[in-house]
Amino acid sequence: MATTPATVPRARAHAPWSATAWRDTAFVASGVPLQVAGWLIAVSLWTVWTPEKAVKILLLAGASVVLVLLALRPLTSWQRERCWAMLGLHIPRMPGFDDGNLRDTLRDLRSPELWRVLQYHMVAGPFLALGGLGVIAAWASGALLTVSGVYGWALPSSSPMSPITHPARIAVLSGAGVLLLAAAPWAAAGVRLLDARAASALLGPDRARELERRVEDLAEKRASVVDAADLERRRIERDLHDGAQQRLVSLALGLGLARETLSGVPDEAMQVIVEAHEEAKEALTELRTLVRGLHPAVLEDRGLDAALSGVAARVPLPVRLRVEAEPRASSTVEAVAYFVVSEALTNVVKHARATQVDVAVIRRGDVLHVTVTDDGAGGADPSGGAGASGGRGAAGGTGLAGLARRVRSVDGTFRITSPAGGPTTVTVELPCAL
Amino acid sequence: MRIVIAEDSVLLRAGLIKLLETSGFEVAAAVGEAGGLLAAVREHRPDAAIVDVRMPPGFTDEGVRAALVMRQESPEVAVLLLSQYVEERYAAELLAASTRGIGYLLKDRVADVSVFLDALRRVASGGTALDPEVVSQLLLRRHRDPLDRLTPREKEVLAVMAEGRSNAGIAAALVVSESAVAKHINNIFAKLDLPHTEGDHRRVLAVLRFLDGEP
Repeated sequence: MATTPATVPRARAHAPWSATAWRDTAFVASGVPLQVAGWLIAVSLWTVWTPEKAVKILLLAGASVVLVLLALRPLTSWQRERCWAMLGLHIPRMPGFDDGNLRDTLRDLRSPELWRVLQYHMVAGPFLALGGLGVIAAWASGALLTVSGVYGWALPSSSPMSPITHPARIAVLSGAGVLLLAAAPWAAAGVRLLDARAASALLGPDRARELERRVEDLAEKRASVVDAADLERRRIERDLHDGAQQRLVSLALGLGLARETLSGVPDEAMQVIVEAHEEAKEALTELRTLVRGLHPAVLEDRGLDAALSGVAARVPLPVRLRVEAEPRASSTVEAVAYFVVSEALTNVVKHARATQVDVAVIRRGDVLHVTVTDDGAGGADPSGGAGASGGRGAAGGTGLAGLARRVRSVDGTFRITSPAGGPTTVTVELPCAL
Repeated sequence: MRIVIAEDSVLLRAGLIKLLETSGFEVAAAVGEAGGLLAAVREHRPDAAIVDVRMPPGFTDEGVRAALVMRQESPEVAVLLLSQYVEERYAAELLAASTRGIGYLLKDRVADVSVFLDALRRVASGGTALDPEVVSQLLLRRHRDPLDRLTPREKEVLAVMAEGRSNAGIAAALVVSESAVAKHINNIFAKLDLPHTEGDHRRVLAVLRFLDGEP
């Protein structure tokens, strides 16, 4: 409220002429018809027809219940509108409740949302309405009493306030009126507070349910982000394969042809061609390693066993590979498993001084277990810093830290045991039921 | 020698055609996808087909599948597969069908013009040409008993033999004399219990044993 900065004492904020007082009063008063509406609807049928037979009573009761249920949604949404328009209090919608129709409501009578809304309209509502009426009465009687001196003389003698021509009596009544006027804003504020609390607790989403729903929502979103990243990796791989790699091959082919077929070229020129040819082949080898690391095509059409045997074969160490990954997991999970093994093997080669590596990728139920064990020096540091034995560390998203991150992205677990002196074991478990 | 090319990259297709034509081969047809390849092979009956592994529509292993179909339909047509990556699994599938007239090379190898053309000629005349990288992958995966009896040198010889080279080729690759190669090969035959038949067939058997396939 612009007219009542926070520094203004509370008494002034609640003065009968303050904006707050009028806002609260308007809010409380406007609530009354909506708060009694539930019961009015419930009893409306009985006022036009009062049956005596049990069957008919039951029928009428059922109809009343249906009427109330039908009214719940509009009433709730009006109440929320009222809170928003008059207090700036935002009560979020409840997707499960607001988006249904009567049939959904009847089908899901046990839904906690429905019962909370009912509590507001049928239990809290009448009391709040009473409070609201009290506030209106305080204002009205306060105003009437304060000015009783003005009209007191004109009251008929049968009136309980008559005769109030006596000055002392007028003073007492006027004083009571002023007190009521002073108290009305506080009463309005109190009822407003109760109403706002009841409305946010009963008409909005339940906090725990809301969090639950949010967790579900976030998990779904994360899964789609992970899938998108995986898709993107595959797209880049395809692009490089179709573009740069083909171009490089044909460049190298051209240079190779020139090298073999050109005659009468000065030695220096031939030297340049030879060097360019060798460079092009080097570039091809580097690009091939990079691209296969992104997403090997063989993973898609032949699965983990085929893709990993290719990886194992490229490692300059004896690798014992055991893959029992049927039935196949989702392509995202397979890609993570592939990445784990190839990254772990790269680490072993770079840092472990190992002579033998064991790789096992085995599916048990809904979990894909990946273990990579080497007989190297150990001392790997999963936190990504330099390890004790020469630093099997990670830098900027690669290495063990990157590995752990990628595993977590699909809700997997990552463990590494690496005592100084070895052996080092990386254990990863990937849930397949995504 | 008549060749059919299946390669989806226009650039590389043109490069291959140029390479083959300048080297005295006849390119009967050049197509961009696997279906076209099978049709072209049926129509032109070439001596050999050069096939890219990854082709439309799926861009995965169309070339391998087409090659397996060709092996059945027209076994007399040699197949040289080219790929950006060589995968042990594809090699095993191809060699399981037959080891005659089959080649599987990294695409990079076309840049080494004379080596590539040698491999093509070898395949076209019924031999094999496996990329050294495929061979090393196969070696790592297959460590079975009879092979364990071989000395490291003999394994090296066997590996190069699996690439499809002659004795002279093996000698050049390992920088040893041809007679030493012949001695190693005889030891290999003996250790793998291969019967005395015509020389070349025993070589194929040795390679098959090496690849863990049954002759």
